[in-house]
Formats: sequence, structure tokens, C-alpha cells
Amino acid sequence: MLTLNINGKPRQLDVLEDMPLLWALRDVLDLKGTKFGCGVAQCGACTVHVDGEATRACVTPVGTVLDAKITTIEGVAASPQGKALQAAWLDLDVMQCGYCQAGQIMTAAALLARTPKPDDTAIDDAMEGNLCRCATYKRIRAAIKTASGQSADDRREA
Amino acid sequence: MDTSRRLFLQAGAAVGGGLMLGFGVRTDAAATAVTLTDYVVVAADGSVTVMAKNPEIGQGAKTMLPMLIAEEMDLPWSSVRIETAASDPKRYGPQFAGGSMTTTMNWLPMRQVGAAARWMLIAAAAQKTGAPHDAFATADGQVIHTPSGKRFTYGALAADAAKISPPKLDDLPLKDPKAFTLIGQSKAGYDSPKIVRGEPIFGIDMTLPGMVYAVYVKSPVYGARLISCDLTAVKAARGVRDAFILKGTDWHGLQDGIAVIADSWWYAQTAREQLKPVWDEAAGAAHDSLAYLEQAKQLVKGRGEVKLSRGDADGALAGAAKTLSAFYEVPFLAHVPMEPQNCTARVTADGVEIWAPTQNPNSGGELVARTLGIAPEKVVVHMRRSGGGFGRRLENDYMAEAAAIAQKAGAPVKLVWSREDDIAYDYFRPGCYHQLRAGIDGDGRLSVYDCHSVTFARDGKVAQGASIEGNAFAPLVTPNFRLTQSLIPSTVPTGYLRAPTSNAIAFVHESFWDEIAHAAGQDPVAFRLAQLDAHAGDKADYNPGRMRRVLAAVAERANWGQAALPKGEGMGVATYFSHRGYFAEIAHVRVADDGQWRVVKVWAVGDVGSHIINPTGAYNQVEGSIMDGIGSMEASITFEKGRAVQTNFQDIPMMRMPKAPQIDAHFLTSDSPPTGLGEPALPPILPAVANAIFAATGIRIRKLPLLPEEIAAGRRVA
Ligand code: FES
Ligand code: FES
Repeated sequence: MLTLNINGKPRQLDVLEDMPLLWALRDVLDLKGTKFGCGVAQCGACTVHVDGEATRACVTPVGTVLDAKITTIEGVAASPQGKALQAAWLDLDVMQCGYCQAGQIMTAAALLARTPKPDDTAIDDAMEGNLCRCATYKRIRAAIKTASGQSADDRREA
Repeated sequence: MDTSRRLFLQAGAAVGGGLMLGFGVRTDAAATAVTLTDYVVVAADGSVTVMAKNPEIGQGAKTMLPMLIAEEMDLPWSSVRIETAASDPKRYGPQFAGGSMTTTMNWLPMRQVGAAARWMLIAAAAQKTGAPHDAFATADGQVIHTPSGKRFTYGALAADAAKISPPKLDDLPLKDPKAFTLIGQSKAGYDSPKIVRGEPIFGIDMTLPGMVYAVYVKSPVYGARLISCDLTAVKAARGVRDAFILKGTDWHGLQDGIAVIADSWWYAQTAREQLKPVWDEAAGAAHDSLAYLEQAKQLVKGRGEVKLSRGDADGALAGAAKTLSAFYEVPFLAHVPMEPQNCTARVTADGVEIWAPTQNPNSGGELVARTLGIAPEKVVVHMRRSGGGFGRRLENDYMAEAAAIAQKAGAPVKLVWSREDDIAYDYFRPGCYHQLRAGIDGDGRLSVYDCHSVTFARDGKVAQGASIEGNAFAPLVTPNFRLTQSLIPSTVPTGYLRAPTSNAIAFVHESFWDEIAHAAGQDPVAFRLAQLDAHAGDKADYNPGRMRRVLAAVAERANWGQAALPKGEGMGVATYFSHRGYFAEIAHVRVADDGQWRVVKVWAVGDVGSHIINPTGAYNQVEGSIMDGIGSMEASITFEKGRAVQTNFQDIPMMRMPKAPQIDAHFLTSDSPPTGLGEPALPPILPAVANAIFAATGIRIRKLPLLPEEIAAGRRVA
């Protein structure tokens, strides 16, 4: 039996230590908000927080995070950044299909925890690893700025 | 083109015969809700559940369709609950997400559905009070007796209303558009609150009691047959419950492969590496991208089949004051929707239940029935929210696989494809090759346009999604015109990618059109406007006047030709008509010395008819289409020995945050009924960007993917 600390609660699971956290969350612990997109750290759909760091769950064996605090999209509202991002995502109607958006919000929440008012370059750098096949990038950028109390304008160009 | 037309007529017939609307009192167990029609369920507390008949794939149908019903019912939006309808074409007509047809096919019928429910509620009030039907109005989810001001909630009337015979839909008066209170107002995606909380609403999130997980291993070579596979090792792998071989039946459905069943998807996925299948891959061995290109170059020198011809192309070329010629090349592409293909299936003695993200649930059910050899009525398909579609989920091969695996496994099965599976087993956007010629007369007018296109064939016919007869602007307005086609046979499965055919052809013709404008010494916008003024067009469904307006508007919004741009920057324009939508787009690009390019800003003006039903969703579609189109310019799928070389996102560059441009999108309205927006904003952006790169660098882009190295090399030559 392994124990993981997920969204502030201990969760027990009977899997081998090399199972990626993504599949432990989805198939074993029934936390399906974390999404599978590529399995090789190329899309960000599976992003969770491991001790506050945005982490790709698809390439993170559960054995490497036994002592860590894990936060998933189901628990992100517990942080002020997470809550603000969820609200901004809804206000700006960011979603198209919505499949990537849990990962986008998790990456953005880690960004805001580190950089409370990110500029466009900081947003570009932090979000580059999160693919949105529907390409809602304009609204993701605006929502991150709104959630961090900044004007939603894209200021990359004059 | 043909597909969407046929679907439209089918729907028209269904609607003309009275939309198949079920009525009657069907009170649920708690006796608190009344099913008024197949689309409307009224609860005693006044909340109303409205059915969304078509799949939600991110195009916004689940929110937009109920808006049409709620508008005619005068429902306050906050009281509306939305559910996805059952997949049941007898009740709901054709249900699919494709061809940007949801708006086109449902604008009138869904309003009629709402008006019918409203009429029944009023009839119930009339019956109750003895007052005439026309003494009643509706507002805010209530029927109002106008003379007295007395109000009846829909909840209070629903049970009586459900007993009233339905009105004839065609005779129902619909709201005057001036009185719309919902249509034209932005309504956020109905499922969005669940999405930001991570609730399990996608296809891949499905679970059933006793469910097991599966992968299905096929040959990466199309048309390959499985000769043998030893299953001993895989069956002994940890977490694995079973493994078995299935025989293929249909290239649209089940193909030869090996199913691995396990307690977790990851165990199944890990165990598949133990398999050493022996395939007969001879059928696909010849399929190779370099060979395709060589064949195409030969074919364009030959005669081909003339598909369209007007005037005398050869004569006009011979007599032209100036001629130009160019060879254009467009690659195969994969769809890669964000949610990998998946399907959950349960097979019992009573029939089959399917839960899937699909764009095509009705035909998916038929495919499952065919695959298992059971009656179609025995198959129930539940539409789950799709993490994108882009045309890939018009095919339901994963549904056939899940059903066949579940039948043999004897337990409910969730089949999930890896991303590698998704790319290897795609129905690819076919590539194409085009030899173009044009002639300009002494007055600087285009006198002849000649195109020899090479595309792909399957079983002797133009392959799925491989038609080269588009709606390009140049062919429509040129006095001497010829379109010739040659075919390369291929076993590679092809299909429809967002804005199918247009997503390739627009780049070719609208880039060459830019070449012509420059060769004629004219401004690309002015040159187009002049042609649009001069030609009425010979296609009944194409209105040059609508295109002229969007082009003039976008040029104004972008300040076209007004500002001098710094070195390495340029603006390009293109227009395209597809899926009944008119779009003109201007791209501003910046190209660095090493050939790296970025689109800084895009201006887009579209005309999709009289109303933008849900503006927030509409702008989201335009923004997404534009970014998707730009992203696709760097991607390609290439084949070696019958298999795709690219395997996962590291091989397929896509639009990501740092390259996402600013977008100024705008709509003009016109008298035509509203049409769809999932696709028409995409095709013109590719040529607009390519033309902008020419403006920035003098390098003409005639080949996709657009590689920085090639731009840099072009610069060194130039
Ligand atoms: S699934 Fe983990 S990065 Fe794509
Ligand atoms: S909203 Fe569809 S992938 Fe991002």
C-alpha cells in the first residue's frame, strides 16, 4: 500500500511505485479532472502541483511523490490563485472543448503563486508547455491577467 | 461539399414533414417534472431542461442550440438546464458535428421547437381560463393573460400543456428578430463551471461498475494483416487480465489487431510492449511521401482529367501579355484532438451501450451494429463531451473496437488510444500538389487561370477529404478557367480535417492570386475588389457582394496600405468562402534573419448571415480557427514504408502561447439566415500569412510546412 497526500488528504492505493501519477489519479483514485493528452510531457493536459510546482503527472512515477503535497484541479480552489483563475476562466468564457483547461489552470496557478502579476513574457514562458488544440490562447492570457488584477490587454505589441 | 449538401437536404425534408417532435405527458418518478416535448422538460419549480441535439466538441452547440429554443419560449436563461439529447435520429433528425452545419440546419427548426412548446403552454392557459389563445403573451418563463395581467408559471401549466396536441410547426409564428432577448447575447459555455472544477464529463472520464481498461494494437501500416502474435508474455504481465486477437472487417471500423485488457489503462499500455506481432505489411509498403511528390511532379506534366472548364484556357495563355506559373505543395496533416480517441462499451444479452466522444453518434451506432452483427436498434450511443473533434471523430473506428473488445472480454471496457495510436491510426488530411498557370491581359486584368491538381485516390475514386474542387475566389471570377485533376492511388486512410479541402486549397489559390496581383503590378486588396466588382460569379451559393463587403471592411480595420512597416515585417491578405461563410483576413508577420516567423496580429471580418447567435462562442471559434490555421502551417505528416513518421506532439509543431497572435475579429451581418462558424474562418489565414511573408521578405511560400530554414535559405538566394 502506498499513501499519497492529495488535495490535503491522505489517499491509499495499491499500485507499484512506477505507475505514473496521472493513471493513479484517474484510474485508481477516481480523480478524473487531470487529463491525459500525450503521456510524454509534451502537452501539459496532466499538470498538477507537486509541492506547489507545476508538474506533468504523466511522467511522474507515484514512488517519487510519496512525501509531497499534491494538488489537482479538484483541489485548486483551495488556493486564492486557483479560485481567482477559475472565476476569470468563467467570466471570460475561455473554454472551447475544455479538455486542456484543467492543465492550463494548474500551470497558471503555479505561475501566480510565484509571480503575482506576470507580464506577457512571463505568461508566454510559463504557459508554452500547455497545448490548447482549440487555441484559446488569447482568452487564457486575458484570464491570467484578469485573475492577477491586471488589465486583460495583450501588451506584447504596441 | 457533396456531404454537407446532402445532409442539408435530408434535414430539410425532415423539417418540412414536421420536425419529428415527440409530445405527451411523461412525468418522472418524483412527479416534479413534465416532458413537454422531446426537447423541453418543465419542472414544477419553473426550471426548464432543454435538450441539445448535437454533439459538443468545443464548437459551442450545447449552449447555442438551447438558446434558440429558450428564445422562442421566453425563458430566462438562468432557469435553463441543458442536457445532451439521446442519439436517436428518429426523434431528433440527423445528429452530428460536421461541415459547420449545426447552425445552418437548426436555426429555424430549434426556434420552431421553442415556439411549439410556448404554443402548448399558452393553449393550456387558454383551456384553463376559457380565454382565447391570442389573449395571451409570454415573458420570463410565464404565460400572461394580457387583458387582466394574470400570470401563470410554466411549471404550473406544464402537465396540462403536455396533453395538448402539438401544433403544426410550419404554421407557427416565430418571434420578430427585433424582439430577440437571448439571440445575440453572449452566453458562456454551459459545461464550463464543471470544467474548471475538473468534473468527469468527457468521454475519457467514463466509468462503469466492473469496467476494465483496454488498448488495441494495430499495425502502423495501413492495409496490413495480422499473421500471428504470441500472447503468452503479455498475458503474464502485471495487471493484465486477458489479451486476444480480433480480425478486421472495415477500414472505417475494426481492423486486425490485438486487444490487451487490464486493471488500469497504464498496465495495458505498458504490457503491449511485450507483443511481437507478425504483420503482412506488403499492401502499404509503397506508400512514401517522397515517392508521392515524384509522382505528382510527373503527373502535372500529363493531361489529367478536366473537371471544370470555361472559355479557352490554352488560347488565353498563348495570347496573354504576361504569364506566370508555379508549383504548390501541401502536406498530409493529423487531427490530434486534445482528448485521445476513446470509447466505453458494455455488451449484454439485451444489446450494446456505447459512451463516446463522437461527432457522428448516429452512424457510430450503425457501425457498431454492423461490426457485431446485431440489429441497429440494439445499440444505444451516449454522446459524451468531446475534447475536440476537428473532423477526426466523424469516424467511429474506436467505437467499433471498444464494442468488439467488450463483447469478447465479457465485461464493460474502456478503450483508450495513446497519442501515438491517435497519430498512427488517423484518417489524415490528404496532401495535394498543384501546377498553376495564369495569364494577365494588356490592361492588367487576369484573363486565364489554369490549375492541374494532383490528389489522392482510394479504390479508384477521389479519397475522402481529397477533393480539389473548392470555392476559391479566382476560379469563380476568371473568364478563361480550367481545373484538371490527376490521382495518386494510396492505401493511407484520409478524412475530413476542420474546413476539409478548403484548408489546403485556399492556401494554394489565394497565394497564387497574390502572385498574380503582384505580377499585374497591383495592390492585392484593390486587385481583388476590382474582380469582385466585375464578376457576379457563376455559383448560385456564392455572393461576390458579401465577399466584397468583408474585404473592404477588413482592409479598413487593418489600415491596409497605410502604414510603412519596419524591415522584416509585412502584411498579407486573403479571402475565402467555405461552409457558407465569407471571410477576409489580413495577417501582419515579422520574420527574423534566421527565418523564424511570427504572426503579430490578424484582422478578420466575416459574414455568416443575419445573426451572431452567441457572440462569445462565435468570436472564440474565429480566434481558434485562425490560430489553428497558423499553427497548421508548421506541421506535416510524412510517410515512409506506409507508416507515419511522426509519433507524438514532439514531432508535430502546433500553435502555442508565445506564437499566438493578437486577433481583431469582427462580423458584418447580411440578410441570409445564420450559418456555422466552426470552420470558415480557418482557410484564408494560411494564404494571408504566406502572402504577408512575401511582403516582408520577397520570398514566395509555395510549400507547406513553412520551415524557417527554407525562408532563411530563400533570403540568402534573394
Ligand atoms: S499528458 Fe502529460 S504532458 Fe501530455
Ligand atoms: S479548449 Fe480544447 S484543447 Fe483547449
